[in-house]
Amino acid sequence: MSTIVNNPPAEQGTRQLKLFWNWIKKIPPVYPIFLAVAIGVSQLNPNFASTAGILAFLRRSSPLAILAMGQLFVLASGGFDLSQGSLVTLTIIGSSLIIYNNDEYTYISILIMMGMGILVGLVNGFVVSYLKVPSLIATLGMLLLLKGGGLFWTGGAPKGYLSENYRYFGRGYIENVPYFGRFPMAVIIFIAVGLILMIIFHKTNLGKQILAIGDNPQAARLSGVKVKQVRMIAFVISAIATVIAGIMIGGYGGTSMEAGEGLEMQSVSAAVIGGALLLGGKGSVPNVAFGALTLDAIVSLLNLLGLPKPYRDAVQGLIIIGAVAYAAITSRKRE
Amino acid sequence: MTTESIATKQIKKEKLTQRIPQVYYFLVIITVLGITLDQIFANGNILSSPTILLNILIRSVALGIVAVGQTFVMIGASIDLSVAYTISLTSVMTSLIMQGDPSRVPMAIGIVLLIGAFVGLINGLLITKLNVNAFIATLGTGLVIKGFLNGTFTNWSGSVPRSFQALGYDKLGPIPLSLFLLAGVVLIGWVILSWTKFGAHLYAVGGSVQIGRLSGLRTDRVIIIAHVICSITAVLSGLFIVSRLGSGAPWVGPDGVYDLESIATTVIGGTALSGGRGGVLGTLAGVLIFGVIDTVFNQLGIDTFLKTVLRGAIIILAVASYSIRSKREAA
Repeated sequence: MSTIVNNPPAEQGTRQLKLFWNWIKKIPPVYPIFLAVAIGVSQLNPNFASTAGILAFLRRSSPLAILAMGQLFVLASGGFDLSQGSLVTLTIIGSSLIIYNNDEYTYISILIMMGMGILVGLVNGFVVSYLKVPSLIATLGMLLLLKGGGLFWTGGAPKGYLSENYRYFGRGYIENVPYFGRFPMAVIIFIAVGLILMIIFHKTNLGKQILAIGDNPQAARLSGVKVKQVRMIAFVISAIATVIAGIMIGGYGGTSMEAGEGLEMQSVSAAVIGGALLLGGKGSVPNVAFGALTLDAIVSLLNLLGLPKPYRDAVQGLIIIGAVAYAAITSRKRE
Repeated sequence: MTTESIATKQIKKEKLTQRIPQVYYFLVIITVLGITLDQIFANGNILSSPTILLNILIRSVALGIVAVGQTFVMIGASIDLSVAYTISLTSVMTSLIMQGDPSRVPMAIGIVLLIGAFVGLINGLLITKLNVNAFIATLGTGLVIKGFLNGTFTNWSGSVPRSFQALGYDKLGPIPLSLFLLAGVVLIGWVILSWTKFGAHLYAVGGSVQIGRLSGLRTDRVIIIAHVICSITAVLSGLFIVSRLGSGAPWVGPDGVYDLESIATTVIGGTALSGGRGGVLGTLAGVLIFGVIDTVFNQLGIDTFLKTVLRGAIIILAVASYSIRSKREAA
């Protein structure tokens, strides 16, 4: 028995409103938050709303966005990658040691650093998958290994210089682009890496397997997922993203021993603001990228409001707690 | 007769074996290895001079106290990343309130203990009532404290009176006072975990919140109390550190990496990150392992940077040495 309900026009209107409201509710909170912060920033700094202003902002935030997208792969599989920050530092000081202002070594150094990154990811993944060390501890150990290793390699102070064509990736521009004029190289890398990671995460089996492992490793294994290998790949992807971000940070900011300090926590925070679930099972690459942009936009906003740097830490702390509390409350409602 | 009595027997047997956590074998191996290396490659002072042995213990006091608290929250399947900044906050507030005046010592201690309890309460409430993941909640409160400290204090501030420095430097007979502090905290922690109702509840909640709740436990309250205890141990660590240093500064906690090291020593000591298992005696062994390693490295004159590398490798290997046998997947 099927009954046909003829809605009077007025009711149809409310129904459409309801559908629209449901659609609004489905928008991840990171987007309205980003929009609100961006409007705030552009009120205080009118330059921000221009094309050049947006590009400058994206150029500065690209490395964190790439780090956060890499972190997402590990978070979604149920782990943490705390070795990101020290791998960024090691990438920068390693490159400048190899290059020593000699342009010819730029690409060799990038290749070597990529190799090192893959190795770091493999070791992280091996320790977690095969030695069954919890990733928090495994990557914490890796953090100490890389930090100490970097300091030992350079003797405590950065040596050498980064060549111009190396720094191009982080701070250079492509000239004479129609409409934009000059387009930052960093933003191109951000978009390219973002697209690749988005395809891997959302369109391939690998991405679904990573989410399945994060949701329930037992169930994933029983349904034929090679849990150990997939988990290793997640760590390798995070490490590769980290090396790419490291090259960009080195290009943007130059050589320093503190370049990567604390970035691992920032990337976890950015991912969480972007709706990634800690301990796995949920996440989205574009949302996480926007999480990173939101975090950076908030920092610029606090900066423009004249808040001293230390207090920005405090506000950042409140924001990540708020973001996770919000996610927890809304997900509880859905249950 | 009944299955119940067999079960209790089993539990009693397990309790006996649990009294000596596995990690003590590792501690013995590391110590013997260290002494051997010291005899061969250095001057062999570790065995011949008792002050070195004492130094190992004193080095372990600050980390040991806060690691006991960390053990509590980790048995409850939680984690506390804010302890390093709680330690800094304690050191700064203590020396600021005391201002070198002995009569203010009790007041200062009372106030910082209250501050600690408050931090723990906030952590616990965020985790239980707002359902914020413990990693993020305590990272967040840590950032808030860090921001407040770095924004308000830029240097050493205030000082503690000489009478308070006794805690850090005086000896009772041949034994430093601070060791009694460490021993006291470990003992109290052990008693609470092994012999009180709260201890049993904490293991149950850490094993599974759902089952804990279904069997009528006030799971939220248990987690909140564990966090209050953890923050209070951070305060005690901070009090010891400021009594050694004579004055407090915002960087004393993070410089000692007390957050990550307390977690690492707790895990090395056999407490599972997933909760429900472990104890303070294992943690104490984990802390002593760090102390022995530090001392041996100093004796051998190993480069500071290389020390960090070896430390990272040892943390991984120590945890791997028994996690590798577990059938569960790590995450």
